[in-house]
Amino acid sequence: MLLLLKFDSKAVKQPIISKAAIDTNTLINIIKASVGARKGELIVEVENEKVKEVEKIFKSYGVEVQELDKAIAKDDEKCVHCGLCISICPVEVFEIKDKKVVAETSKCIHCGVCINVCPTRALSLPV
Amino acid sequence: MKSIEEINRKIREGDVVVVTAEEMKKIVEELGTKKAAEEVDVVTTGTFGAMCSSGVFMNFGHSDPPIKMQKVWLNDVEAYTGIAAVDAYLGVTQISETKGFEYGGAHVIEDLVKGKEVELKAIAHGTDCYPRKEIITEITLEDLNQAVMLNPRNAYQRYKAATNSSDRLLRTYMGTLLPNFGNVTFAGTGEISPLNNDPEYRTIGIGTRIFLCGAKGYVIGEGTQHSPPFGTLMVKGNLKEMSAKYMRAAIFPGYGVTMFVGIGIPIPILDEEMAKFTAIRDDGIETEIIDFGVARRDRPVVRQVTYAELKSGKVEINGEEVRVSPLSSYYMAYEIMEELKRQIEKGEFLLTQPVDKIPTKSVLKPMRQKEIKVVSSVMTKAITISPETGIDEVSRIILQKNVNHLAVVDENNVLIGIVTSWDVAKAVAKAKGVSLGKAKDVMTRKVITTFPDEPIEVAARKMEMHNISALPVIDAKRRVLGLVTSEDLSKLLARW
Repeated sequence: MLLLLKFDSKAVKQPIISKAAIDTNTLINIIKASVGARKGELIVEVENEKVKEVEKIFKSYGVEVQELDKAIAKDDEKCVHCGLCISICPVEVFEIKDKKVVAETSKCIHCGVCINVCPTRALSLPV
Repeated sequence: MKSIEEINRKIREGDVVVVTAEEMKKIVEELGTKKAAEEVDVVTTGTFGAMCSSGVFMNFGHSDPPIKMQKVWLNDVEAYTGIAAVDAYLGVTQISETKGFEYGGAHVIEDLVKGKEVELKAIAHGTDCYPRKEIITEITLEDLNQAVMLNPRNAYQRYKAATNSSDRLLRTYMGTLLPNFGNVTFAGTGEISPLNNDPEYRTIGIGTRIFLCGAKGYVIGEGTQHSPPFGTLMVKGNLKEMSAKYMRAAIFPGYGVTMFVGIGIPIPILDEEMAKFTAIRDDGIETEIIDFGVARRDRPVVRQVTYAELKSGKVEINGEEVRVSPLSSYYMAYEIMEELKRQIEKGEFLLTQPVDKIPTKSVLKPMRQKEIKVVSSVMTKAITISPETGIDEVSRIILQKNVNHLAVVDENNVLIGIVTSWDVAKAVAKAKGVSLGKAKDVMTRKVITTFPDEPIEVAARKMEMHNISALPVIDAKRRVLGLVTSEDLSKLLARW
């Protein structure tokens, strides 16, 4: 499961990821991080069974947690199946199956790179 | 031997044998060329790709009082009207004056085909015969007298694939190219593409009836930049008969607007040779992967490649596996081949004998230019310093030599950094009584550089992209040869 973590100016100064990992004995994989002086935003991957436990720890430190269960969405009315997205996606979400471009959305890490690349604007990231 | 007339008679009588280019490969493999030529009458081919050299001629009808349009816009996208009073040509890549890259000529055309209303705005000088000076109205496709899609260059037989050796992400007409050979993109549908199935242009010629975005269209000649085996076609068709399913406006970020155009061409299997031609496979269609990291007309060839390799989704570059994206839709090309096949089988689409051939030999010439100005012609002597030079000494040199940039070099004159007057001012402002430090403490180490034979436009774009005002000129061993500043360049470029 992917989690979107939002740190405020207080939480951003503390080693919360390490604390959560130690406290819950879970591996936390950082997918995307944008950390500034006053706030931070991270996307992390956590084992499905441990999600609730890890979420609780984050929240106790004042981190806002959002489960990212909706991955990249492809509008099949707009998609012409050119395949330009295939080589852009860092985690190989897209592939051609039976001549059509299909998205294996469970792999999506919400980086959003493909959205701007799609020539027919068929891709979007629901929040 | 079969003639087009015989094939058309079979179409009318309903016993024609039509297969798609995809099916033909297997048939020839199983039966051989001789038997396949006897059995199959027509092979349908298709392509669906971004074709920038496309557009629509329109006639708006006359207003009252009449106007001789001097400039005309459709949904704020300008069309060319330097022809008769209310005739205009709208190109697919023309960009909206209000929405920029988000909307362009292709979108207007798609909106018209979908039956939407489009705002027409025009201005004029006003004459005795055409007194009106401006008009703003709403039009639909139905309101136009004629709307003829006329595309100067479509259906490229094959196209050069693209990659990017530079350390910067590039936004191109070949899509987004990731840095350091991060990906490869290619255009064209390979073995099912029309011209690849008739490489000597025996049956595709002037007058050939084709499927163009859902309508019946015609080949009206070879396309611009036609250069076999990179052959192209000029085509036309009635926009009013077209379907939005077989065309699509497209946006390539950082490049602009273009249009996916769908084309299908039936190939009559007149004899065994045509059966052999239509049996062509992707592994027999070669092209090159070229490097867009070099911003020149003649981009370096990274490697030769076949369409089979490109379509596999991965190619090897410098020993590494690189992922590949198509730019053309194989799925839509397939849909077009199937639709054309259906139309021929139902007797709705008859074949034509070309009235003339398109050239099988043709050379693509570069633009004739007076001269290509390169950096070495404008660069000045670079003032160089050692990294150990004190900041106070640096400031003296800057004043004495009246320059803003000092190249920091090692004992072999190899570039290791750059110090600007701004860096020095910052160092002094921050110092507050302690030692000012040395050049190595304030210099920028990741220096953007140029080469003596780089065109000045490329150097100017580097400065613009990085928001800097000078580039050290270096040789292959990074030894400093000189400096080129934005002032030097603006003197030359500002002339226009």
